[in-house]
Amino acid sequence: MDAQHQHSQDTQETPGTPGTPGTQGSPDARPVLEAPDIARVLTRIAHEIVERAKGADDVVLLGIPTRGVYLARRLADKLAEITGRKIPVGSLDITMYRDDLRMKPARAIGRTEIPADGIDGRLVILVDDVLFSGRTIRAALDALGDIGRPRAVQLAVLVDRGHRELPIRADYVGKNLPTSLRETVKVQLAEEDGRDTVLLGSKSASA
Amino acid sequence: MMRHLISAADLTRDEAVLILDTAEEMARVADRPIKKLPTLRGRTICNLFFEDSTRTRISFEAAEKRLSADVINFAAKGSSVSKGESLKDTAQTLEAMGVDAVVIRHSASGAPYRLATSGWIDAPVINAGDGTHQHPTQALLDAFTMRRRLVGRDAGLGQDLAGKRITLVGDVLHSRVARSNVDLLHTLGAEVTLVAPPTLVPVGVETWPCEVSYDLDNVLPKSDAVMMLRVQRERMNAAFFPTEREYSRRYGLDGERMAKMPEHAIVMHPGPMVRGMEITAEVADSDRCTVVEQVTNGVSIRMAVLYLLLGGNEAAAAHPSPTTTLERGATRRPSATEESK
Repeated sequence: MDAQHQHSQDTQETPGTPGTPGTQGSPDARPVLEAPDIARVLTRIAHEIVERAKGADDVVLLGIPTRGVYLARRLADKLAEITGRKIPVGSLDITMYRDDLRMKPARAIGRTEIPADGIDGRLVILVDDVLFSGRTIRAALDALGDIGRPRAVQLAVLVDRGHRELPIRADYVGKNLPTSLRETVKVQLAEEDGRDTVLLGSKSASA
Repeated sequence: MMRHLISAADLTRDEAVLILDTAEEMARVADRPIKKLPTLRGRTICNLFFEDSTRTRISFEAAEKRLSADVINFAAKGSSVSKGESLKDTAQTLEAMGVDAVVIRHSASGAPYRLATSGWIDAPVINAGDGTHQHPTQALLDAFTMRRRLVGRDAGLGQDLAGKRITLVGDVLHSRVARSNVDLLHTLGAEVTLVAPPTLVPVGVETWPCEVSYDLDNVLPKSDAVMMLRVQRERMNAAFFPTEREYSRRYGLDGERMAKMPEHAIVMHPGPMVRGMEITAEVADSDRCTVVEQVTNGVSIRMAVLYLLLGGNEAAAAHPSPTTTLERGATRRPSATEESK
């Protein structure tokens, strides 16, 4: 089973150049979401969470580093505005749970911070910027299992670009963005990159 | 990150800080209900101990098991080594068994270097103490303990030990811990002072990046951390000081001496402690003494080193061209574009 995993991942990664620095400078990258769109999308997701969780009483938001954490914090702020309550927010680093660790150079480990009350019996909403193969989320589910037992786990992403390799689907999607494997999706957030935008580029242009 | 960890002197400042930061995250695993990560599942690590060391071996074993690696423990005593087998033959046996990493402790200085560079074995080699030469993971765990106590747990992330004054006291001559610590602490920007009887100061110490003093009482008031070294009777083949009592009077740390240290200063010891000689029970049991913390931190540091050396091992093998140090090391998280989200 392990070999199969690796194989499918290999085929997924062939168009890319794993381990190379970001494709920020991709000349034909065009924005598909700008700052106001991202703010609107997050407001909508916050309302959807309140609606589905019937008030977000037991919600814990866990962002996946790096940009998922910022999105989780923004969502928590919006949820607090809507519900008038402080929503616990944390981060969940999945680096050590990845199934491709041995295929890439070792990467720096991010922060895992679980809110003081833990996640047992709570509704955990994982937050990430891009949903692609689904492997990050699989790893996040493994990581969650080692930390506690949530009542339920849901997934919120800013962009769903398709090409799933695992039976995983998001509960809250900011924007569905059908892409080809030759395209790249880059999310930039003010906290990390100085501005809010989602860029769609092509891999061939950046090579 | 390099491919092997042989000497603390091989680490750059950034590599050392990366190991300390990674260890800080590894330390959080110990606070969880399930103290285990699947990171090195399916990897086999051999702990090759040609010299007895329960403490270091258990620490490595705990780190390896927390990362889900398969562990083979090899003790020279009772093995074919006592029948005359050479290091080369042992290494080739391990290579043939497909071992993914070797942790080696040897009484001969340079044995890990030989193992790493001879081509007998392809796996990363981690030095767990060789003769009087080096013990890099010990130096890393000491630096980690200092950073936590003197800079702060969270404030310490990404920081080195710039400007901190560290004093190492005792048997420097026989101490690989002292050598590794001087190298690493210098790399991390600390000012190191060695205090020892003249007979226990090694020849050539003037080339080391540190000060040397023979008077402990003078140095104590300006030390942020004082590390007591064990007097290694087993390595002593001559009389290096007149009596234990005299050594203890001049170089031992008791409550009175500890009171001369600044308020925030800590007392460290790599263990095992010889109570009454290098350190009194009063000091060893005080809040300022970090011996027990150092043991806990040792597991986190060894997890970090194993993760960084083994985490991306096969990738490097698959792309053989750029085997430069950085290529194998931990990279910053790639952006969403090239990551398989």
